[in-house]
Parts: sequence; structure tokens; C-alpha cells
Amino acid sequence: MERVLATDGTLVAEDPALSPERLRELLEHMLRVRCVDERMLKLQRAGRVGFVGTAKGLEATLIGSAAALGGRDWLWSGLREGGAALMRGLPLAEYVAQMYCNANDTAKGRQMCNHFQHKGSHYPSWSSCIGTQIPHGVGAAFATKQRGEDAVHGIYFGDGATSSNGFHSGMNFAGVWNVPAVFVCVDNGWAISVPSSAQTASESYADKGVAYGVPGTEVDGNDVLACLGAMGAAVERARAGEGPSLLVLRTYRMLGHSSSDDPSKYRDDAEVSAWAARDPIERFERFLVARGVLAEGERASLEAELLAEIDAVIHEQEAAPPMPLKTLVEDVYAEVPRHLRRQYNAFIAVAERHGEAQPGDGAFPL
Amino acid sequence: MPTLTLVQAVNDALKTAMRNDDSVVVFGEDVGPKGGVFLATEGLTSEFGEQRCFDTPLSEDGIVGTAVGMAMNGLRPVAEIQFQDFIFPAFDQIVSEAAKLRYRSGGQYTAPMVVRTPYGGGIRGGLYHSQSGEAYFCHTPGLKVVIPSTPADAKGLLIASIEDPDPVLFLEPKALYRAVKAEVPEGHYTTPLSTLRTVRKGTDVTVFCYGAMVPVCEKAAEQAAASGTECAIVDLRTLLPLDEEGVLEAAKQTGRVVVVHEAPRFCGFGAEISALIAENAIEYMEAPIARVTGFDTPFPNTLEHHYMPDHRRVLDAIEHVAAY
Ligand SMILES: Cc1ncc(C[n+]2csc(CCOP(=O)(O)OP(=O)(O)O)c2C)c(N)n1
Ligand SMILES: [Mg+2]
Repeated sequence: MERVLATDGTLVAEDPALSPERLRELLEHMLRVRCVDERMLKLQRAGRVGFVGTAKGLEATLIGSAAALGGRDWLWSGLREGGAALMRGLPLAEYVAQMYCNANDTAKGRQMCNHFQHKGSHYPSWSSCIGTQIPHGVGAAFATKQRGEDAVHGIYFGDGATSSNGFHSGMNFAGVWNVPAVFVCVDNGWAISVPSSAQTASESYADKGVAYGVPGTEVDGNDVLACLGAMGAAVERARAGEGPSLLVLRTYRMLGHSSSDDPSKYRDDAEVSAWAARDPIERFERFLVARGVLAEGERASLEAELLAEIDAVIHEQEAAPPMPLKTLVEDVYAEVPRHLRRQYNAFIAVAERHGEAQPGDGAFPL
Repeated sequence: MPTLTLVQAVNDALKTAMRNDDSVVVFGEDVGPKGGVFLATEGLTSEFGEQRCFDTPLSEDGIVGTAVGMAMNGLRPVAEIQFQDFIFPAFDQIVSEAAKLRYRSGGQYTAPMVVRTPYGGGIRGGLYHSQSGEAYFCHTPGLKVVIPSTPADAKGLLIASIEDPDPVLFLEPKALYRAVKAEVPEGHYTTPLSTLRTVRKGTDVTVFCYGAMVPVCEKAAEQAAASGTECAIVDLRTLLPLDEEGVLEAAKQTGRVVVVHEAPRFCGFGAEISALIAENAIEYMEAPIARVTGFDTPFPNTLEHHYMPDHRRVLDAIEHVAAY
């Protein structure tokens, strides 16, 4: 397993020699992921947002790997990559609007919470159907190659998703077509209540690459520098036309699958505390403090700043305009077809009668 | 008699069937120690052991495909698909394999199995945790499609489905999982498939519905009654094979028909009911048949309360056909 930092923050491999600014940035991005999750959970408990699936414990995995992708590269989200999207350009306001599913959400409140998208940084949302994005990423990587461009496609998915049809067809096609893609398996130990060990009889998820002619590597997913290094090498390889790779980032889902899950029913506290001792942020913080890049106790002030920034955005998003009712029938096709205009008009007549329509919600011309 | 919620009745049915027949096995994603994301399988692993109730890898295709093989070789598999929205990787196994096995083998091989799955909206689940896909499956000869709307029916119909010699898709209205508690008989009993249930008698309008739309239609009927229109409500319970005689009889009794489902309208199950009546009882009809359905769009999220037919939209249709 590739590792750069030991749990105590000491170097155990070659120093990647990043600038102090870069190192501090990585920490800040990781902290943002944790702070945003914390606030979203609080909002969920207060009934302000419906559902939250956090990335607690996965901060190094997401930030380290995604930091190796450039602006023209794509990130195909499998589930929990919202924090990586923030680093790559998703505005925090859009993130929060998506969680509120309000009228400011770029997906028009149509997706459940935790389904972020950001076209500007090549980040389509996952659908909810596990594994379906994997062949999409492979097809898009094929298109990149066909069009003579040099973008790389980072295709993310969980340990559970390795059992999906999409994983197997995606890996197979990628190998056969030799596309510029990196498969990023976020092995966080659990697929809801099913442990990684019950998901596969392979000794390592990295072994799965062998069957498809795609080299696989295991990486310590709680080590941000190891994730960055391994992803950097895989991205370079893909960009050079040398083909796809599979990275297995081994980490741990510290909380329940989502806000509706109670993990105490199926896993031991001892396992959770063992992983808490390997916390990815603390590990990196120790390294930075030892380096003199971060002052002792500075993390707390960084977090306070982040929380203030997040709270301000939340405050803004609490007051969004009502969702236009026409969004019910728009975007099904490029044009709203006649039968849908008719269905909408019948509906809006009833809504108007009950005083539920806003100006602008009126009927379509037939 | 104990009072149970619908999801508790499902759980009770599974336990009853498993106690009765050692060949019944229950499996799917998170159905073991967690007891299923809706707790439908709670306590099964502890009572029956990991050999009889177990978690699988995350593959619906694998779940249903292996269920077919188990059924072909002496087990009675009851597979859970966590949400009906995630059944499509298994569509091939259901449609091409389970449903056609008896026919293509000349009756030599069969697939007596159940695929249970929660369906429908009303839980703010967005596009992929809310769909009602019954029509896709009702277009599949060889398959049975069952949808309960009460706790007692959920138990009786599920046991009947598990004991049925053919593959059954058992769709559970998740919006009703915990909506009401009602009396459920203890122990083993079955509610026969392909028989509808008269929920309410009425002489003016007949409302056909199933699943989570049943209580919506009941509320609309109460309001209609307040202004003098008496509705009969029919819970179809089994969509395939349909109780055609029962449907025609109920339609003829009033000559005015409303069909309600939350699934999209186009090629929805309402079209089949409407065609059946038009073909066989048109001379009894006093008004055009009305359908109240979801829109022909994907399932929304924030606006789901507008997408789902509610008692007001149903009442609107009832008043319309009553006044025709
Ligand atoms: C096709 C499909 N089946 C089932 C589900 C329900 N489900 C949502 S997430 C999940 C587990 C995913 O596990 P993993 O891939 O390891 O990702 P993680 O949640 O650990 O990030 C399941 C079973 C789904 N969304 N899609
Ligand atoms: Mg996982």
C-alpha cells in the first residue's frame, strides 16, 4: 500500500516537495469538507435539509486525489465527492442551494440532496443509481481521445460499486479502448451495512484491475500526500496515452451511510475508534506543524473562518424564491411537447384555483 | 389480533413463510444485520441464521439472476431490491429469464420466486427513490405483479406470492409503510392473488386504484360524499394477472369510472383498465373514463407534492365524471 505519511505525521517515503502554500491549501480544502458536512448535518437535524451523506473520514481521499486533476480534466462523481467539487470550482452557494433543493439549485431542485453538479469544472452529478457513471466516464474519455484533446477522466466510485454491472463493463471497455481514465475506488470499508470484506472475495480491490488489463494500486486513503502522488502518476500516465489505471484509496466512513442510517446496528465501536486514531486531517496537521507550515492551534482559527463563510452562505440560501412550477414539465425534452403542455395547463388551473400559483406559473400556449 | 404497520406486516409475512417452509430464503442489500433500509427484514437473520437471510454484494442483476437459479433448484427465494428505482440492472433477469422460463422450457423448469421492492413517491426521494414502474413489468407475460395497500393484505398477499408457483414482483408502497396501523391476523393465511378488494361501496362513480393511491382516493370519496356523490373504491391489489371480471362488474355498477395511479400517464396501468372497460362495457358508460396520474415526466423532488395525485385532483375527476 502506498503511503507518504505515517499516522503520527512523519514522512515514510520520498518528500513530494510541495510549496508551503500548496500544503496549506490542501489542509484548508480538507477542513472545508469537514466543516461543510458538520453544518449540513446540523441543518438536517433542524429539518432544514432532507438528507445528508457525509464524507467524514474521507477528506484526504477526495482532496488528495482530486487535487491531481487539472482544470480541463473531468471528475465523475460516484457519491460523496461534493467536497472535491468545491475545491475544483463549485461555488459554495450552489452547493448549499443543492442541499436545500431550492430555486437557486442549478438542477432546479430535481435531485435529492447530495447530488451536486458543476459544469464549469466538468463535474456531472451522480444519478443515485450506483455504478452507472463508470461507463459514462469511459465513453467521455473515448470522446476526449477521438477529438484529439488531452483531458483525463477521474471516475470515482465506492467499494460497493465494484459489484455493479457498470464497474465491470466500464473497466473492460477502458482497457480495450485504452482511454485516458483513472478509476478511483474509494474503499471506505462499508456499502451501507455491508462490509468491504463481504463485497468481494478478492484479497484487494486493486486485484480487479488484473482481469481487465488495467494496473491497480492500493493507496492509504487517509494520507493526503499519498493520494495526491498516486493520482498524479495515474493522471500523467493517462494523459501520455499509456492507458487507464485503477487506484484503490483505503479509508473509512466514520459516520452512518447517511443521516437516515444507524451504524451501531451493524458495526463495532472498536473499529470506528481504531480508524478515528488514523484521522486524515490530524495526520496532515501534525506533518504541517512539524514542518513549521502551520502554527500550533492554527487549525482552530482556520475552521472558525470556514464556518463563518459557510454560515453566511447558508443564511443567504435560507431565503430563496419559490420554485417555478413550470420546472415540473421543462427539460424532459429540448422543447416542452404538446401533451406535457396540456397536462401542465390542466394542473395549473387547479393550482390557481387553490391559490398555489405564482405570477409566471401560468399556462403554456397550446 | 395484533395491530401492525404495513412494513411490520411484511416482516411478519416473511417470518411466517420462513417458519413454514425451510426452503424460503431472503436476501438482498442490507437485509441482514441492518434489517433492510426500511426494516422490512428486521430480526430475520437472528431468528433464521445467515443461511436463510443474508446480505449480497451490490448487484441487482446478481440478486435476481441467482434467485432464478435458486428457484430452479428447490429453494423459494425472496429477493429484496432496496428501491424499485434500482431494479433496472435486474430487468433482464426478470423479463428475459424469470418470466419466460416456464414457457421456454415447455413447463420443465420454473422460477417460483418473489422480488420484493418498495416503490412510489411521497418521501422526498427525488428521481431515483420515488418511481412507480409497475407498467414496465405488467407488459411482461409470465410475471405476476402484486401491490398491497393495507397491512393485512400485505401479509396475506406476500405469503400467497411466496407460495405461488410463478415469479411475482411484489411492489410495496413505501409511503404507506408506516402511515397506519391496522389489525393483522396472526400466523399463516393467504390472500388470493388476482382478486380485487372493494374498499368502499358507492352507486355514482367507481374509482380504481392501488397501493399508496388507495387512501388518497378514500379521502376524495369522503369529500365527494359530503356533496352527495357516492363513490365505490376498488383496490386492484394484483395488476397482473388482473381480476378482469371484478373490474368490469365494478365499472358496470356505476357507469362512471375514474382510474388513479401515481405512475406517469402514457401507457400507464390506467390505460389498460380504460381499454378493458371500453372494449367490454362501453354500453354501460354514462361518462368518458377519467384518469388521474403522475405527469409524463421523471419524478421531481422539491415539487413532488404537485406531481403526486392528491385527493383534490381525484375529487376534481370524480366531480367531472359525476356531472357529465
Ligand atoms: C443500483 C443501486 N443499488 C442500490 C442502491 C442503494 N445504495 C445507495 S448507496 C449504497 C452503498 C454504496 O456503497 P459504496 O459504493 O461503497 O459507496 P459509499 O456509500 O460507501 O460511499 C447502496 C446499496 C443504489 N443507490 N443504486
Ligand atoms: Mg463504501
